[in-house]
Amino acid sequence: MATLSRSDVEHVAYLARLGLTDEELTRLEGQLNHILDQYTILTELPTDDIAPTAQTIELENILRDDVVRPSLPVEAVLANAPARDGDFIVVPAILDER
Amino acid sequence: MADLTRLHAHEMAALLRSGQVSSRELTAAHLAAAERDNRALNAWLTIDRERALVEADAADGRLAAARRGGPGVLDRLRPLLGIPIALKDLVSLKGGQCTAGSRILEGYRAPYDAHITERLREAGAVILGKTNMDEFAMGSSTEHSAYGPTANPWALDRVPGGSSGGSAAAVAAYHVPLSIGTDTGGSIRQPAALCGIVGMKPTYGRVRRYGIVAFASSLDQIGPFARDARDAAALLHAIAGRDDRDSTSSPQPVPAKLAALPSSDDAAAAALRGKRLGLPREYFVAGMEPGVEARVREAVRALEAAGATVEEVSLPHTDYGLATYYIVAPAEASANLARYDGLRYGPHHAEGDVLANYLATRGRGFGPEVKRRIMLGTYALSSGYYDAYYLKAQKVRTLIKADFDALWVQGFDALVAPTSPTVAFRFGDRLADPVAMYLSDACTLPVNMAGLPGISIPCGLSEGLPVGLQLIGAPWSEAELFGLARGYEAITAEADWRSLEPTELLRAADPDAPTPAERMSALAISGSR
Repeated sequence: MATLSRSDVEHVAYLARLGLTDEELTRLEGQLNHILDQYTILTELPTDDIAPTAQTIELENILRDDVVRPSLPVEAVLANAPARDGDFIVVPAILDER
Repeated sequence: MADLTRLHAHEMAALLRSGQVSSRELTAAHLAAAERDNRALNAWLTIDRERALVEADAADGRLAAARRGGPGVLDRLRPLLGIPIALKDLVSLKGGQCTAGSRILEGYRAPYDAHITERLREAGAVILGKTNMDEFAMGSSTEHSAYGPTANPWALDRVPGGSSGGSAAAVAAYHVPLSIGTDTGGSIRQPAALCGIVGMKPTYGRVRRYGIVAFASSLDQIGPFARDARDAAALLHAIAGRDDRDSTSSPQPVPAKLAALPSSDDAAAAALRGKRLGLPREYFVAGMEPGVEARVREAVRALEAAGATVEEVSLPHTDYGLATYYIVAPAEASANLARYDGLRYGPHHAEGDVLANYLATRGRGFGPEVKRRIMLGTYALSSGYYDAYYLKAQKVRTLIKADFDALWVQGFDALVAPTSPTVAFRFGDRLADPVAMYLSDACTLPVNMAGLPGISIPCGLSEGLPVGLQLIGAPWSEAELFGLARGYEAITAEADWRSLEPTELLRAADPDAPTPAERMSALAISGSR
């Protein structure tokens, strides 16, 4: 299996939206590779003909009627927001101003 | 009256019904113990005295009304009415904090009750507060809490296990007779073993998870801690069942037997006769402490002497469990924890554009173990690696589950194994090497991979520290596992170790005792010399 380079670790941190310090990146490079080494045991097992298991209790197609049901009051939802404007949560702009 | 905190919940329930004790008295006694010891143990992140006493008074009102109604009305009262209980700090309690042991949820107040919180309120249980845990339930020692580690009441310089270490320590230290934990790879059973109490992970889907902070959604399950099998079973009975708000909860009926384990030791012991138990040889692994293996094998002999048959069996894919788990669980965690962006709740670090916001909020909000797991999971799911890691692990998961299924088909009632390969370890011993920490759960995590119920029960001491015996059952066999656990309690009722209390409880009560964080730093300094 693969080995992670420093730039791989930086790329994964970016994908995960984790801001890491240089020290953290260095430590993680060693630790992640040590953990990935443990995964190599799995390559011993032939699994081409094995179906994957995503969940164990064999429930499927849990459906309900598409009807409106009570939800949390707006005030309860907004109570935890770091910043609000009326009934809205203030977030950083994701599009450039026109 | 003798110390109320030493009673089992079913004994408290009898005294409440007869009017010999009130829920207010019970609640006050437990609050006092929790507040007294919390400096030394750090088992609790919040203790809500006022709310607990209000709930206790409400329970006393219901009890008084029932007594006026006579025996028929008293008999219909719920078993948990007026009984103190603790919630792990990832169970939503409306208006209360719910940190999941993380800085990223500091200051967040749950806007609603979890389903199990609703159920416990209906049952009349008195919630004293919320307990410490490894951050987002990732860990086996509670050292990964952002709010400092919890100490083990049996040895204050040792861990209580984890991730539900606060809930386990609170029950072992007689702060509550009952508490709630969650178990993704062993987070109920392993701390139960290390603290010398009973803890069960039910079948996946048995308890609804609405309002619980998610870690790994195909593995997480809620379960009870208690100091005996009857109490743990009664708590599971109170919280189990299907709910529309959790489509992964099962419509399987909840067995009434859970609420009616035998009270007589003779009946409980007799139920062991003819049980067919498997002893999986792969669970007696290199690295297991000799004292742990000795206690487990003694317990097996005691079960045989009581009329159970024990056969050695094989779970051939056990050695692949650790690697499989440490792909599946981090992968699911990395997806679940993507929601913590600091925009809707929790601390927010504004630094320029939206990407800089995310990087700063998540970089500062998550601790080292959570970052490690998010990194592992993100990598395992990333483009080009999915087949090699996540898909491969899901296929191996099928093989692990099939190992167990083969034994149920052969008619085994349960498997008997150690819960943890070691007794409680010292603060700091496994922090430097994540893989050493992960090995703590080698005997518990295959059970989560297969979705099965498992219970840890105390089976004696090794070097003065508790050892846990794990019983693993077929899907939906919780009542049978509790029956075996109750039988084992009955046949060992007179054992010397049963009468021992955690050895360092008196030291935990010292108002000048060092905190667990202080003990941990002291050990780190002496270890580096």
